Amino acid sequence: MTTPETLTSAEAALLDRRLPPITQLCIAGLALIVVGGIYLAARIPGHVPLAPAVGVLGAAAVLVAIAGVLLRRIRPFAWRTFARVYVWALLAYLVIAGMIAYVFILDGTPGAVLAVLLGMLAVYAVDIPLLLAYTVARYQEA
Amino acid sequence: MADLPLSVASTASGEQATVARPPATIVPLWGLPIVAVVLILEVIAIAADRLWALDFFHVVGGALWTSLDLFLGFVVGPILARLSLQARLEFTARPMPKMLLIMPTLVTMTLAAGWQLARHLHYLDAAAPYHGWVVASFIVVGVLAVIALGVLEPANLAVLFELRKPQPNGAVIARLMRRFIYTAGITGLGQVAILVIMTRLAT
Repeated sequence: MTTPETLTSAEAALLDRRLPPITQLCIAGLALIVVGGIYLAARIPGHVPLAPAVGVLGAAAVLVAIAGVLLRRIRPFAWRTFARVYVWALLAYLVIAGMIAYVFILDGTPGAVLAVLLGMLAVYAVDIPLLLAYTVARYQEA
Repeated sequence: MADLPLSVASTASGEQATVARPPATIVPLWGLPIVAVVLILEVIAIAADRLWALDFFHVVGGALWTSLDLFLGFVVGPILARLSLQARLEFTARPMPKMLLIMPTLVTMTLAAGWQLARHLHYLDAAAPYHGWVVASFIVVGVLAVIALGVLEPANLAVLFELRKPQPNGAVIARLMRRFIYTAGITGLGQVAILVIMTRLAT
C-alpha cells in the first residue's frame, strides 16, 4: 500500500485534484429532499399546503442538475467506473424508492401530494447514485 | 480470513504485507437473495397491514440498525482509530462489503414498516397526542439519512474500490475514512435520540 510519503505523481495528482463542488451539491440536494419529505410526512393525511414542498423539490432538482452538468465537464475522468457504479446504484435506489412509493400509493395519498412525493423520490433515486459513482470515480485513474 | 482474497503490497518501510481485498463484485452476491426475501416479506406485511408483522419489521430492523450504528461508532470506531492504517484496513475490508447490503436493507425495513405502523396506530394524525414525537423522529432520521447516504456510504464504496487496486493508495483511504470519525458523534447522538423517542412512543 502506498502512503503519503511513497505516492507516485499520478496518485498525488488524483488526491490533490481541484474538482467542482459535486459532492456538496448532491448532499445539499439530498438534504432538501429530506426537508421536503419531513414537511409532507408531518402533515399527511391532513391538508398539506404544497407550495413549500414544490419549492424544495424544484431547488433540489436544480442542484442535482447543476452537479450533473459540472460532472460532464470534468476531463479526464474515470467514466467507465462512474457508469458501472451509477447503473448498479441506480437500480438499487430505484428499488428502495419504489418501496417507499408503494407505501404511499397503498395508503391512498392524495394525487397532488403523491405527485410531489414521487418527484422527490425520483430526485433522490438519481442523486444518491450520482454521489456514490462520483466519489468512487474521482479517485480512479481515467 | 478465508472469505476475501489477499494481495501482497509494499508498506512505506518496504516490508511485504498482506492486504485484504474486497471481492471483484464489491457487493457480496450471495446476500442479494436474502435482501430480496426480506423486502418481499415486508411488502407482504405492509399490504396485509397486520400490526404484529409491521411491529416485527420495525422493531427488529430498528434495533439492529441502532445497535450496529452505536457498536460501530462507539466500540469498534475508537479501537480502529488507535490501529495502524494497515491493521484498520485488514479489519474493515471484511465487514464493509456486507454493510453495503445490510444497512440499506435495515433502514428500508425500519422506515417503511415504521411509517405504516404510525398510520395504523393513528400517530400521523396532527391531533394525535404523540404526533410531535413522531415528527421529531422524522427529523432525527432525516439527519441520520443525510449523513449515512451523503457522507458515509460514498466513502465506504470508494474505500472498497481503492482496496481492489494492486497498490491501494493509503492517503486516499485515510482521507475517506476520516469521514467516519467526524460523523460518529452525530450518528451516536441521533441513535440515542431515536431510542428516547421510540421508548416514549411505546410507553
